[in-house]
Amino acid sequence: MAELKSMSSSTSQTTPRTIRSARHAIVSSETSAVALADSYYDTIAQEDPKIHAWLSLSRERATAQANRIDDLAKSGELANEEALPLAGVPIGIKDVLVMQGAPATAGSKILENYRPPYDATTVAKLAAAGAVLLGKLNCDEFAMGSSNENSAYGPVHNPRALDRVPGGSSGGSAAAVAANMAVATLGTDTGGSIRQPASFCGVVGLLPTYGRVSRYGLIAFASSLDRVGPFTHTVEDAAILLRVLAGADPMDATSAHHPVPNYAAALNTPVKGLRIGIPDEYFAEGLDQEVRAAVEKTADALRAAGCTLHKVSLPHTRYAVATYYVLATAEASSNLARFDGVRYGLRAQDASTLSTMYRRTRDQGFGKEVKRRILLGTYVLSAGYYDAYYRKAQQVRTLLTRDFLEAFTQVDAILTPTAPTPAFRLGEKTDNPLEMYLADIYTVTANLAGICGISVPCGNSSAGLPIGAQILGKHFDEATVLRVAHAVEQSQR
Amino acid sequence: MPTSSHTPEPLEKQAVPLEQVLRVAELAQLELREDEQQEMLRDLNAILGHVAQLNELDTRDVPPMTQVHVVLPDPASQGALDAGNVLRDDSVRPSLDRGKVMATAPDTDGTYFKVPKVIER
Repeated sequence: MAELKSMSSSTSQTTPRTIRSARHAIVSSETSAVALADSYYDTIAQEDPKIHAWLSLSRERATAQANRIDDLAKSGELANEEALPLAGVPIGIKDVLVMQGAPATAGSKILENYRPPYDATTVAKLAAAGAVLLGKLNCDEFAMGSSNENSAYGPVHNPRALDRVPGGSSGGSAAAVAANMAVATLGTDTGGSIRQPASFCGVVGLLPTYGRVSRYGLIAFASSLDRVGPFTHTVEDAAILLRVLAGADPMDATSAHHPVPNYAAALNTPVKGLRIGIPDEYFAEGLDQEVRAAVEKTADALRAAGCTLHKVSLPHTRYAVATYYVLATAEASSNLARFDGVRYGLRAQDASTLSTMYRRTRDQGFGKEVKRRILLGTYVLSAGYYDAYYRKAQQVRTLLTRDFLEAFTQVDAILTPTAPTPAFRLGEKTDNPLEMYLADIYTVTANLAGICGISVPCGNSSAGLPIGAQILGKHFDEATVLRVAHAVEQSQR
Repeated sequence: MPTSSHTPEPLEKQAVPLEQVLRVAELAQLELREDEQQEMLRDLNAILGHVAQLNELDTRDVPPMTQVHVVLPDPASQGALDAGNVLRDDSVRPSLDRGKVMATAPDTDGTYFKVPKVIER
């Protein structure tokens, strides 16, 4: 794997930027895990004041882990490639996932002082694989947003253009990788929150199949849609991380008992002969011309690599945003009922009755977008409207999913733009929530259908803004999605 | 709710009146300031206007997708997702330490969560 060049940090010409190179540098004593963590914390200190990707740093835990890794490296216990695949690799965690003793705000004031007493399964798996966990990353409040402007702690700035949004809701996770403030990060994706910021920041973002990765310790937004997945510089790193993260978890009854393959090894299988579907519905009105051109060039590159291209139809695509915002808000209104000032987080101090305490706590603790979604979700679930909205949306969800199942009888993967435009300016869409929602058109479909997908950089706009190509795959066929993304990545070199 | 509208509801029609927004806020245990009330009224009507396009689709014979697994016809995938009820072993094991859990509560006596008085004498 070629070393990626540092974008901005002056000290990082030789700092490893990928999992394999970071692990190798530690095992071969070119550096130590402690020195590598220090180097990443230095970059954070230097870069983050202008980006604001980090909400908290867990330096004590990171240093303890780095010391442990250095001891193991010295005693030769890391010589085997399979031992601790993430040994010493600096990784950041989106602030909707809990890390024992570290803040977990979910980007909300209502959890400002919450210190969870346990690790999310994904956090525990990273730590067990040797990762050095640097801290927690900024995001839209409760992962509700497409621009990171809904964080109660202030927006993240796109490292590639500071006046632009990084995307959302995992904006901090995408920006941290893009600005070399972590080798990789974890994000979550309920309607595009990994893939769209990956596209906006020019990094790789992977959406695993529903059930592929445990959600235990994820602060829930919409439980039938939420996923946890990685942000990385390279497709290979996404493959390595998925193998660590995937698998059944007794603490998450929705996690799947499905074998976990060696995804990185699968990248060695050429893409020649793979059938790639191109859905017209994703190249319709509203798509930026430069994004269209970049994705069409990507299709040409896949053809040159031996794939065959096929038109496929996903006829219900235009109903996806409406379907998504009914179901996601309904589930959110239920999930967020737990924030009531009783067991954790904020409690309004001036209330003399229980119901006043609930209301004031939620009024003071929740931001505008969260209230908007709770109201919408409560409305569509309320007596008299349930069938017209919620049940109707569940039925359309079936139709949207059937579209994909039908398409996947003809093709192995589907190529689309990740987002209709490159990163937009901070403040550009904050006055019109519906317009912001409509920009999720290409990503919400995969969440509704439960399928897997990835966003991989496929070029830049004339203004130098990154453009992402989205590869969608069958349930539990991340290997094919990663192989196609790898071919796209190779074509960019 | 119109049954066969092919265009979103015009906003002037205010499908959801203010009193209903306030009722929903009450159900959701939210307080809304005056300025928030008007904003939420506007946004809810705009979003529900867009949602109304779902009525273009005839879904009489379409089952609702309540979970991801219910629409998967492929036996291989179904085996993975539709494992029936997932039950853990019925065995005693430690849960989170009470002290650590209570330490995150806003008000507690160490055993119970404390809240303002519910029943007035």
